[in-house]
Amino acid sequence: MSLDDGVRLASLFGAVCFVLGLHLMNSPATARRGNQLSAFGMGVAIIAVLVSVTDSGNMNATRWLVLICGALIGSGAGLYSARAVAMTQMPQLVSLFNAVGGGAAALIALADYQHDSHVSAGIATAGVLDVLIGGVTFSGSLIAAAKLQGYWSQPVNFPGSRLVSAVLALVAVAGGIAVIAGAHSPWLLGLVLIAALGLGIGMVLPIGGADMPVVISLLNAFTGTAVAMAGFVLENATLTIAGALVGASGGILTKLMADAMNRSVLSIMAGGFGTGATGVDVGPGSGGTVKSIAIDDAALQLAYASKVIVVPGYGLAAAQAQHEVRELGELLESRGIEVSYAIHPVAGRMPGHMNVLLAEANVPYDQLREMEDVNPEFDRTDVALIIGANDVTNPAARRPGNAVSGMPILDVDHARSIIVIKRSMASGYAGIDNELYGDPKTSMLFSDAKKGLASLVAATKLVD
Amino acid sequence: MTQGFVGNLSIFVLALLVGFEVISKVPATLHTPLMSGANSIHGVVLVGVVVLSSFVDGPFGYVLTFVAAAFGAANVVGGYAVTDRMLQMFRKRPVPASAPKAVEGESA
Repeated sequence: MSLDDGVRLASLFGAVCFVLGLHLMNSPATARRGNQLSAFGMGVAIIAVLVSVTDSGNMNATRWLVLICGALIGSGAGLYSARAVAMTQMPQLVSLFNAVGGGAAALIALADYQHDSHVSAGIATAGVLDVLIGGVTFSGSLIAAAKLQGYWSQPVNFPGSRLVSAVLALVAVAGGIAVIAGAHSPWLLGLVLIAALGLGIGMVLPIGGADMPVVISLLNAFTGTAVAMAGFVLENATLTIAGALVGASGGILTKLMADAMNRSVLSIMAGGFGTGATGVDVGPGSGGTVKSIAIDDAALQLAYASKVIVVPGYGLAAAQAQHEVRELGELLESRGIEVSYAIHPVAGRMPGHMNVLLAEANVPYDQLREMEDVNPEFDRTDVALIIGANDVTNPAARRPGNAVSGMPILDVDHARSIIVIKRSMASGYAGIDNELYGDPKTSMLFSDAKKGLASLVAATKLVD
Repeated sequence: MTQGFVGNLSIFVLALLVGFEVISKVPATLHTPLMSGANSIHGVVLVGVVVLSSFVDGPFGYVLTFVAAAFGAANVVGGYAVTDRMLQMFRKRPVPASAPKAVEGESA
């Protein structure tokens, strides 16, 4: 067996580890082992390629220096951010990793083409796609990260932005076609990259905060595709396989997120809905009167329930109230009350975000319930406690003809009573009133999530 | 690697199908770690950067390689580290469901 065969086998082993690692993610009990297996496979693949390039005799001191310095700086930065990041900031970090992954993939195609532009049409096509998708991902993800970080969250539209995007797209396509047709000009591919960077900015700027889970998933799929294209350019199967796996993962999550908001990916990219533009205080629209409740009464209701389902939304995470909600949950459980958490797919700023936030606050994962799984249980629930969630509980979604129509919701209105902790009557991202608040079974506890929960915990402790 | 463009395309398509099959079984509870873990997997771009570094020349090529190496390494190291950090937070309840949970959170 030649060294080359050995290197290929090691790369195959790496790819197998990626697939098995992803497979182990199908349960919280095995997920950590899956990630470690995937990391091990990555280590093997990297060592294999290092052996391979050393053996090729092409490495010289400068090349090693460039590679090692870059990798060390990158590793340090990556490790630091992985350690330092707060779980509420995970979407930003994932966005940044999307950006660097897509950016690196685009640079590979550019550098490869700059080294030798006499490539087949197939490889040139992959190279152009790599630069295009990688470039869009890089700038788009940076904008997404900045928006998530809260530098600005409002959608940005300036006059003529569509025209600028159209021109950039035209430049990118024309440049790409010229490269594929055999222009042999690295500058042309560089132009495609610049146009792609502009397109990425133009794509994410107009998108509103509520659509972020879809955008991050989509950019994740883009990064995977860009890496797979880099695999075509370098004729390296490990990159192609890994890129395809990530592309599939991002694609599935994009679809799931868009479905959970009952929106098409295209309409999200066109901007609009997720803008929260009409988020002003308005009265209940369903004709019912809104009933507010005092902390002590809410505590009594909870303390004498036998089954409570907590419905957390992003408002809970924004108020950093995960620990208070866990404390309340434990207090109720110690009274023998069955407590679970109903998590809508788009609760949070990225797919599954709320689960991580609650897991961080020590909520055991068997209490975290998915929407389809928990919905039938609301019929047997005494109190549904809604904290910082709005549109995903609006029964209006079951009827046609409004902004949330057709969106899958949590059936909280099936519970015997409903308590909503909310600061005001302001509407959610969809900009419409929540009919739930006018339901006679619903009581509103007007408070900030953190303060409200802390007082609820204190009051519940006093109940005999 | 000499499987050629069509060979690579076959691998790409098959890997895509495997990906769809495996990932569609991941529960919503784990979607954030899944995305973060997939993120680390696209850090495999570092393998590409190593290959790249063995043939680039000139200041422009070196700068591109340097930046790509930093990006790829940040992606792979940071991705796996943060996914692991996240997944260790997912834990079962320490005692059977009905009993009060007194001792918990010591490993946070």
